[in-house]
Amino acid sequence: MRTMFIKELTKLAIEDPRIWLLTADLGYSVLEQFEEAVPDRYMNVGVAEQNLAGMAAGIAHCGNIPFIYSIANFPTMRCLEQIRNDMCYHGYPVRIVSVGGGFSYGSQGYTHHGVEDFAVMRSLLGMTVIAPCDPVETKALIEQSMHVDTPVYFRLGKAGEPLVHPEDAQIQLGRAAVVRNGTDLTFIAIGAIVKHAQDVAEYMAVHDGINIRVLSMHTLKPLDKEAVLKAAKETQGIVTIEEHSITGGLGSAVAEVLAEDCEDKVSFQRYGLADQKYSLIGDQKFLRECLLGDLRQKSLKIMKNPIVFTEVKINE
Amino acid sequence: MTTELAKNIRKNILNMVYRAKASHAGSSLSIADILAVLYENILNVDAKNPDFKERDRFILSKGHAATALYAVLAEKEFFPKEWLDKYCENDQLLSGHISHYVPGVDFSTGSLGHGLPIACGVALAKRTARSPARVFALLSDGECDEGSNWEAMLFAGHHGLDNLVLIIDYNKIQSFGRVEDVLDLEPFADKLRAFKWNVQELDGHNHEALQNCFANLPAKSGMPTAIIAHTVKGQGVSFMENKLLWHYKSPTEEQFQEALEELEAQP
Repeated sequence: MRTMFIKELTKLAIEDPRIWLLTADLGYSVLEQFEEAVPDRYMNVGVAEQNLAGMAAGIAHCGNIPFIYSIANFPTMRCLEQIRNDMCYHGYPVRIVSVGGGFSYGSQGYTHHGVEDFAVMRSLLGMTVIAPCDPVETKALIEQSMHVDTPVYFRLGKAGEPLVHPEDAQIQLGRAAVVRNGTDLTFIAIGAIVKHAQDVAEYMAVHDGINIRVLSMHTLKPLDKEAVLKAAKETQGIVTIEEHSITGGLGSAVAEVLAEDCEDKVSFQRYGLADQKYSLIGDQKFLRECLLGDLRQKSLKIMKNPIVFTEVKINE
Repeated sequence: MTTELAKNIRKNILNMVYRAKASHAGSSLSIADILAVLYENILNVDAKNPDFKERDRFILSKGHAATALYAVLAEKEFFPKEWLDKYCENDQLLSGHISHYVPGVDFSTGSLGHGLPIACGVALAKRTARSPARVFALLSDGECDEGSNWEAMLFAGHHGLDNLVLIIDYNKIQSFGRVEDVLDLEPFADKLRAFKWNVQELDGHNHEALQNCFANLPAKSGMPTAIIAHTVKGQGVSFMENKLLWHYKSPTEEQFQEALEELEAQP
């Protein structure tokens, strides 16, 4: 994703003089190609995220589209108020790019785990939140985001993620991408963990005889409500899947839609990080297993014991 | 000319804080002279075309001194003076802290330490575009406690942003006490010099000194300019001068009249 991101951004920047890239001293062996292609619109501001975010607002004010780049929580939480006041309130088309979302930097320790970014960024008024699952989505969404004239947050993974979609897949910002068709259960997943959801769905089709629909909800905000409601109507249950705290992220966003707008009976579970302090380190796969649990078991449980999420309509 | 403008700014400030029962009279009075000289003689801005591309940008980072900026913008006809009477009222444009929804205001601030990083971004983008536009950021002294300013100061000095002008309203009183007691900035000029800025110090109420300094920018080519303006919080109204109380208090009717009379009597 990281590789595709910089390749696509560099290509766009050569054509579009509004595009800038600013980093807070991270991106070794990644960002160099942008700097070489458009040196005037590349800037390493040093290890100073507040200045990074404020400067991006100033650059955007002059008619530009600056991308700010860093890893994990540094370009979001460290400069959250600059994002809120200087970007969102002014409605500037700044793009915040965080690489290493979720447990990408798992062995580096808790400081480098990006597991609350969806909740934080989703709560900002006027912020678009995007987390592609593979290079195909990354390319399409970076390109389409150029038409969004307000702030956008991108959570990217690392380099070398496997493809989830075929290269010619039609990816549309704001619309969930169907990774796998299915009629029994729906996995709604976001980011790099979509691949895991896809793998578990394939396994369960063979071993458990359960046919699971897998949606990549790459645009967390604005959320594709229609895809959620359709899944609730056409399948027996929904499991949201994210490398993120169960509070405030995709699970919460889908739950909001189900609670307010869904007229169908549907079981619902959130697969994510429990709200408790942890000190565990390890690679991404290990941390997913230890901290997020077993997706298949959670899914089997929901099939055996459907939990009725909503029957009462608030609006009635 | 600038003296008359500064007097009108002060009267408007008092009118606004009195009507709205608002705070920060002292903070606004302290920058009235700086704004008068900037808007009368220095800034390349146009009330009839407030968004023209190559205008100079003025960023009031101490957004709590909004009444002073609203007052000068109204005096310079960016919007009708009647708007000033509606400061802080329901569904009006003039909010307690400065708002970019008001004509002539480019950036909303209110949380401290935001203006200088934004100014660095504007200065860099303008320099890259070879634009003649300059960027002025006015900061309070207390605001310099915020680390974000020092990030921006490092950046501007390192990159020699000579289209950037930092003005510090050094009135020596911050939100909850005297600067020297809360978190001393001294040796302030030396700190800025160490960050590779050209530093000018002047009396922030002396129009001639302000005019001379502003008319010769950048003070040194290839370096950002920092102007440490020594000011008096509450300047112009003797009972408000140098008193922390007037960071918060709104004048009673009696005090309001007394303050207006004192201002009228000044040359």
